[in-house]
Amino acid sequence: MDFSLTKEQEMLKKLAAQFAEEELEPVAAEIDAEHRFPTENFAKMAKVGFTGIGVPEEFGGSGGGMLEKVIAVSEFAKKCMSSAATLSIHLIAPHAILDFGTKEQKEKYLPRLTKGGELGAFALTEPNAGSDAAGVKTVAVYDEATDEYILNGTKCFITGGARAGVLVIFAMTEPKLGTRGMSAFIVEKGMPGFSSGKIEDKMGLAGSETAELVFEDCRVPAANMLGKKNKGFKIAMMALDAARVGVGAQANGVAEAAIEMSVKYMGERVQFGKPIGVLQGLQWYIAEMATKTEAAKALVYEASYLADAGKPFSKEAAMCKLNAAENARFVTNLALQIHGGYGYMKDYPLERMYRDAKLTEIYEGTSEIHKVVIARAVMK
Amino acid sequence: MRIFVCVKQVPDTSGVVAVNPDGTLNRASMQTIINPDDLIAMEQALVLKDNTGCQVTAVTMGPPPAEGMLRELLAMGADDAILISAREFGGSDTFATSQIISAAINHVGYSDEDMIFCGRQAIDGDTAQVGPQIAEKLGLPQISYAAEIVKEGNEVTVKRMLEDGYMKIKVQTPCLITCISDQDSKARYMTLNGINHCYEKPYLVLDFEALKDEPLIELDKIGLKGSPTNIFKSFTPPQKGVGTMLEGADKNTAETLANILLEKHVI
Repeated sequence: MDFSLTKEQEMLKKLAAQFAEEELEPVAAEIDAEHRFPTENFAKMAKVGFTGIGVPEEFGGSGGGMLEKVIAVSEFAKKCMSSAATLSIHLIAPHAILDFGTKEQKEKYLPRLTKGGELGAFALTEPNAGSDAAGVKTVAVYDEATDEYILNGTKCFITGGARAGVLVIFAMTEPKLGTRGMSAFIVEKGMPGFSSGKIEDKMGLAGSETAELVFEDCRVPAANMLGKKNKGFKIAMMALDAARVGVGAQANGVAEAAIEMSVKYMGERVQFGKPIGVLQGLQWYIAEMATKTEAAKALVYEASYLADAGKPFSKEAAMCKLNAAENARFVTNLALQIHGGYGYMKDYPLERMYRDAKLTEIYEGTSEIHKVVIARAVMK
Repeated sequence: MRIFVCVKQVPDTSGVVAVNPDGTLNRASMQTIINPDDLIAMEQALVLKDNTGCQVTAVTMGPPPAEGMLRELLAMGADDAILISAREFGGSDTFATSQIISAAINHVGYSDEDMIFCGRQAIDGDTAQVGPQIAEKLGLPQISYAAEIVKEGNEVTVKRMLEDGYMKIKVQTPCLITCISDQDSKARYMTLNGINHCYEKPYLVLDFEALKDEPLIELDKIGLKGSPTNIFKSFTPPQKGVGTMLEGADKNTAETLANILLEKHVI
């Protein structure tokens, strides 16, 4: 077993860390406070090639696979969780198109999403279909006369949905069949009948925009169906597996940053004439935080390895996301505690990190639905 | 057209600077970075590459781990790299270093339309001597403190930054230009595609054996023995105490300042 990164992966890690420090960190507090999506940073990510991770170069991508995504997303999350989430969630659409798209779809959409700088989005969730994907009410009816599908319905909590140029969305082509009647479509911004609704005002991850999407007699060419008719649920589940590893990477990144900040602060903060780092009670916090984070990283790396080796990784994806998310909240909570009153102030990044970390327990599947997935896999 | 960009791996002075008992830098215990001015020289070369499609070659002299730095420059967009590395070259001062780098560039060969870019100076030695010495040893015209370089045919126009302004100079290739970084200059990032292919690009290692027949390579002009300058002593300067900051442009602040200066017998 070899845990070392390749030379290229080491370089990617260094580049991602440099990019995060120079481009993402300086605006992290501002975009959080203003609830602003940093368009300029996404363009910079595209220029360097982060937005094409996992997509072959022939489609404008940057090559690599799950581990490369994990490396970049973790480094971003150390400085700005919103930006890490933006990248991680953006990558779902090009990866789904790469895995299930036709040659024409790949040639048409992948270069736009990779080097083209267009944001991607993945739209499954609806007001009544969160953990229960079978509850999707958006319908797609085929119109033989025009060889189009007519979409009607509403999606909610869609990251980047209002800004995305290319979206992978899910709709029922045979509603009676439940998840077996669900299909995936590639929808472009500006298609008649497709609009965005409310932009959510969130507790955290405020620099990543979360939108409601509305489809009113939206006509999508049949050629834009992704994968086969009624096989959309499998696409959604596979995309979510990969997305969950991405959330694990975000959670681990923010946890690592919180530990680093805490250690630094414990060396600087003097109380009773000594740095608080000499207090064993706080040292034990650090020991627990660091140990749990290393374990969380190992599980995310294992899931990445399985994904990149082409092996099944649904169970490990769920495990690594559940574990890393709970750890991120545990670690940011203790880090905030170590920082005391300063940690609670908006002048310091920890309160933001704490709010951001909380979401990792909810999005791309709640911790509870992950336990359902894991239990099913273990008890089968 | 080919641009040779001379780069140096230097200790990261934002970290801890370690000094050996004999006064030399303990480089092994320090993080290294690409010398900031050299990085700007590379950026200048890559801008010319963007505009003209010329070839950009990263050149360094150093121990084998300097390969990591060269690969990063290849990932930024350089086309090929040359590592000049041999025990015989170790301990070289600026005279010996420029002797060896000149020999290496001579060995590889350059045409009438080629250029050599260097950083103005390195942050470890701060001599600013190697670039100009290379120009002298190769008999090339040199321009220092370049902030902008535009090439049209065999004529190059350089904006040369001075303390109180700038001057624009025209020069014929082949020539050597040393580049400076300022607050606004920033080298581009590596790209992910660049990283994917940086280990596939041409990478030449020139050791003593490869260069020994070059006229500039004489044993008494290279390495520690061939270096006319020696480090007498190097040390970490003691940290200055924290100063007192007074804020405000009012009479009271001025009075406070005057009182402090009086107390300290400055005035």
